Amino acid sequence: MPHSIARAEVQRLLEQGAQLVEVLPRWEYEEEHLPGAINIPLKELDRETTAQLKRDAPVIVYCHDYQ
Amino acid sequence: MSPRAAWRLEGLGFERVYDYVPGKADWSASGLPTEGTLARVPTIGDAARQDAPTCALEEKISDARDRVRAAGWDACVVVNKERVVLGLLREKELASDAKATAEEVMRNGPATFRPDEPLEKMAKRMRERGAHTVLVTTSDGRLVGLVYREDAKHLAGVPT
Repeated sequence: MPHSIARAEVQRLLEQGAQLVEVLPRWEYEEEHLPGAINIPLKELDRETTAQLKRDAPVIVYCHDYQ
Repeated sequence: MSPRAAWRLEGLGFERVYDYVPGKADWSASGLPTEGTLARVPTIGDAARQDAPTCALEEKISDARDRVRAAGWDACVVVNKERVVLGLLREKELASDAKATAEEVMRNGPATFRPDEPLEKMAKRMRERGAHTVLVTTSDGRLVGLVYREDAKHLAGVPT
């Protein structure tokens, strides 16, 4: 089961090499995203698009807020 | 949206998946840096003076006033141990009963703004409302700093 985390935990995981994935549409990502985040819109999330993610490192997903 | 993405990733075999539910809004509102086309727009977080003086609820006004004025400030933010903003002492309150505590004379629950508010918009708003300063806090109420109208105007390039 995925774990819900807060900002401090995000920062801690990033220091440990976690990967950040924004799942909003591309235009929203291009306007503003967290430093180092990559964009895989939810509608495009599949085996092919996630092949770029490392499987041995944590993955943090986020969108705008409680959507 | 992100909970569905997190579940989808687990379904695709990823074992350490985390969902930052408060998301981009929370990150920006805490004043942390972002990237992208809008990230270059100056915000009130850029203009906030982070060394604004603070005091505790129980501090005597005389002590707060001496400290604040000696440092060249005209306001003092009342915070708790977590730096959560509880009140504000402006000139009027700092000049009040020296024996009173900050809690007794402070402006309770002052309006606060998040660091990701566009600076130009805020500079215009401050001018229209005659606001001298505005308080900037993170989304969980912790003090970021004080924005002075002069700083906002200068950094946003807004005319007087």
